[in-house]
Amino acid sequence: MKGSLIIVGFFALGCLFGVFHWIPFDIAKTDISFYALCALMFSVGVSIGNDPQTLKNFRSLNPRLVFLPIMTILGTVSAAALVSLLLPHRSAADCMAVGAGFGYYSLSSIFITEYKGPELGTIALLSNIMREIITLLCAPLLVRWFGNLAPISAGGATTMDTTLPIITRYAGQQFVVVSIFHGFVVDFSVPFLVTFFCSI
Amino acid sequence: MFTVIGLMLGGMCVGFLLRRQRFTWIHTVITALIWILLFLLGVEVGGNRQIIEGLATLGVEAFGITLAAVLGSCIAAWALWYLLYKRKGGRA
Repeated sequence: MKGSLIIVGFFALGCLFGVFHWIPFDIAKTDISFYALCALMFSVGVSIGNDPQTLKNFRSLNPRLVFLPIMTILGTVSAAALVSLLLPHRSAADCMAVGAGFGYYSLSSIFITEYKGPELGTIALLSNIMREIITLLCAPLLVRWFGNLAPISAGGATTMDTTLPIITRYAGQQFVVVSIFHGFVVDFSVPFLVTFFCSI
Repeated sequence: MFTVIGLMLGGMCVGFLLRRQRFTWIHTVITALIWILLFLLGVEVGGNRQIIEGLATLGVEAFGITLAAVLGSCIAAWALWYLLYKRKGGRA
């Protein structure tokens, strides 16, 4: 939660800088954000490749639950496509790109800004922060309404770190491995799916 | 567009090949880059009058998409849960 607040803080600080034109040159016309994005993705790759824990975790998984990340992705993307019917000036692909952030607000908003501009990028940032907050607040309700796997699906890409404690508390200790596996797969799918929906 | 994904896959190879060394500082680098990029996104948003004036509408749209996304994924998770547990009485 503290991490999300700092992130929102940086975004808000940037907004202030933009509104009052405190930066002497036009950032949108430079490639700074693209190079920073490249550096970020390289670092994310290194951190995944360098972590010996990921492979170990997957060996102790109920094989039938490998379908959970697929269900999350299908459920999210199809619901986002349906919502685009209610938002006449947003295309289905735009809504699916926002949904395909799966709560990974930092990365998805940066990607969408890069490909679709800052307006949809802002929607992606807000939407994916909300997804994390809804999961944190509603986990017990989701378990009661939709069963033990629901908070894991709702958490999307965050289920291996920020929402893991709340999931293990309300869904049960036996779902730790599923939750981490799910978070890893969905997390990994974000750059691919977001890029895909931005390009169609 | 695929440069970025290529870089991530390249990073994974580098991280895997150098797995004897622990890159504990990589998470600090990631956090710092995320802060920089969101600051830059903020600057772009703040400098764009249209977005600032429509921020409330954007928030409502974001909430609509989020609500649908959460419900959609929960219904899908419920279907899987029903197939695996309710019907067969399996375990995690």
